[in-house]
Amino acid sequence: MVRASTSAGGPGSAMRSPIPLQTFAVLAKAGFRRYSTYRQATLAGVFTNVVFGFMRCFVLLAVAAAGNGSVAGYEGSQLVTYVWVGQGMITVVGLWGDTELATRIRTGDVVADLLRPIHPVASYLAVDMGRAAFAVTSRMAVPVLAGLLAFDFYVPHDAVTYPIFAASLLLATVLSFGCRYIVNAAAFWIMDGRGPQIAWQLASTLLGGLYFPLHFLPPAAVTWLWLATPFPSLLQAPLDIASGHASTRLALGYLGVAAVWTVVIFVVAVLVQRRAERRLVVQGG
Amino acid sequence: MLAAQARAQRSYRASFTVEVIGATVFTGLDLLTVLVIFRVTRTLGGFAFPSVFLMSTTSGLSFAAADLVVGNVEKLRLGIRTGQLDVLFIRPLGILRQLVATDFELRRIGRVIEGLVAVGIACALAHVAWSVPVALLLVLTVVSGTVFFGALFVAGATVTFWWIDSGEFANGFTYGGRDFTTYPVNVYGTFFRRLFAFGLGFAAVAYYPVLTLLHLPDPLGLPTWTGWLSPVVAAVAAAAATAAWRAGVRHYRSTGS
Repeated sequence: MVRASTSAGGPGSAMRSPIPLQTFAVLAKAGFRRYSTYRQATLAGVFTNVVFGFMRCFVLLAVAAAGNGSVAGYEGSQLVTYVWVGQGMITVVGLWGDTELATRIRTGDVVADLLRPIHPVASYLAVDMGRAAFAVTSRMAVPVLAGLLAFDFYVPHDAVTYPIFAASLLLATVLSFGCRYIVNAAAFWIMDGRGPQIAWQLASTLLGGLYFPLHFLPPAAVTWLWLATPFPSLLQAPLDIASGHASTRLALGYLGVAAVWTVVIFVVAVLVQRRAERRLVVQGG
Repeated sequence: MLAAQARAQRSYRASFTVEVIGATVFTGLDLLTVLVIFRVTRTLGGFAFPSVFLMSTTSGLSFAAADLVVGNVEKLRLGIRTGQLDVLFIRPLGILRQLVATDFELRRIGRVIEGLVAVGIACALAHVAWSVPVALLLVLTVVSGTVFFGALFVAGATVTFWWIDSGEFANGFTYGGRDFTTYPVNVYGTFFRRLFAFGLGFAAVAYYPVLTLLHLPDPLGLPTWTGWLSPVVAAVAAAAATAAWRAGVRHYRSTGS
């Protein structure tokens, strides 16, 4: 592997500058365009989201019906919002993870990324933001529309809910990216990345609130999960904001927790990246 | 072929262990969801926990068994896209049997065992009144359910012959079907229920068999012996899937590959 720099910090790190906004935008646009070409996969994925949306919606509505119209602080219509916005968010937030970086590491293509003057975490983040933006227009818009048309959908009346939700969604996507980056970076150390990948999927979906609203669990457990792990901030937090389950004050609290976790995860991601690069240099530089 | 695959699998020891544990927990998630739901409600669609749990576990076992036998047809999707499927046509075994044998995954057996244990627990919780007909019905239900889901897998993979990127589309029916049959079908809205439970026959996988097993009346009004019809539904599904598969292979061959 060609050494791009003789400094002790590893390949390219001495030459890296903080990523300029223009470059970030260009990379994001590229990500958006790339994912918008996967038309058939998007269509098939949307279909699945809609089918699951209907099923989860009926089941949760039945739960609410058995409890005189509400359960765990959700009214029936709020559960409808929870389910459909949730289905819409799965792809945006990248809840099921991806293995692109891990594949690039295993094939060695990642070296090209490391030689660039931009920090890999930043460049991958930019592309992921583009991907997420496209997902909002396709994988999120359709399920939400389906829910609005087919069910009694709770639409937030308080105008401030919308920007808070948008912020929560953005944080969730960025936080998820950070987590996925770390999971993928495991490929720098172990060849078969399926273990970490499955662990991530399990945690993100179950503890994120995809299978059931986390509030179905004992309150102490919910609080602990929310503060001690990043997972509820990925899905449950934005959904609680959108469905009106959380008051404005609580919603801002959720934002705060998500922000803290995002910082923590990114610090870890950057550290992991640095460690990985050092290892690469030692191995074959 | 099987021994070589198993050996290669076991060599990825650590990641494999995590993967096995992860996959095992994943199949349990549907059941976990049912448990959590019954934490916040006493009935669902008028049914108490034991009956719903028996539906979920029966459906889950059938799905796991079908996944074990036929699940590798998913590789078909990849094989067509990468052109590797052509290689298999050269070998003397039938394509379907080859795909089934190429990736023998130990974890799929684990899931079936898990499913069996879960059904056992569910039967105990539901205080099933054991007798020869009851035992027979249970076995028949699981076998029919396995055939049914298997047919679904094959049909889903067959769509790839016409629509290459249809993977997630098929998932809507296979995994969606798994989810659908986990709960009593009377919770679903009329149109949705008519389409999936009756039109596509999903109600025969677990809902009606469990009603018959536990001598429960059907809120939808069908007679108590409806649960015995699951083999019929499974046979129809298998026939349809086989026909679709044959048509797909013919179509694939005729497009000049």
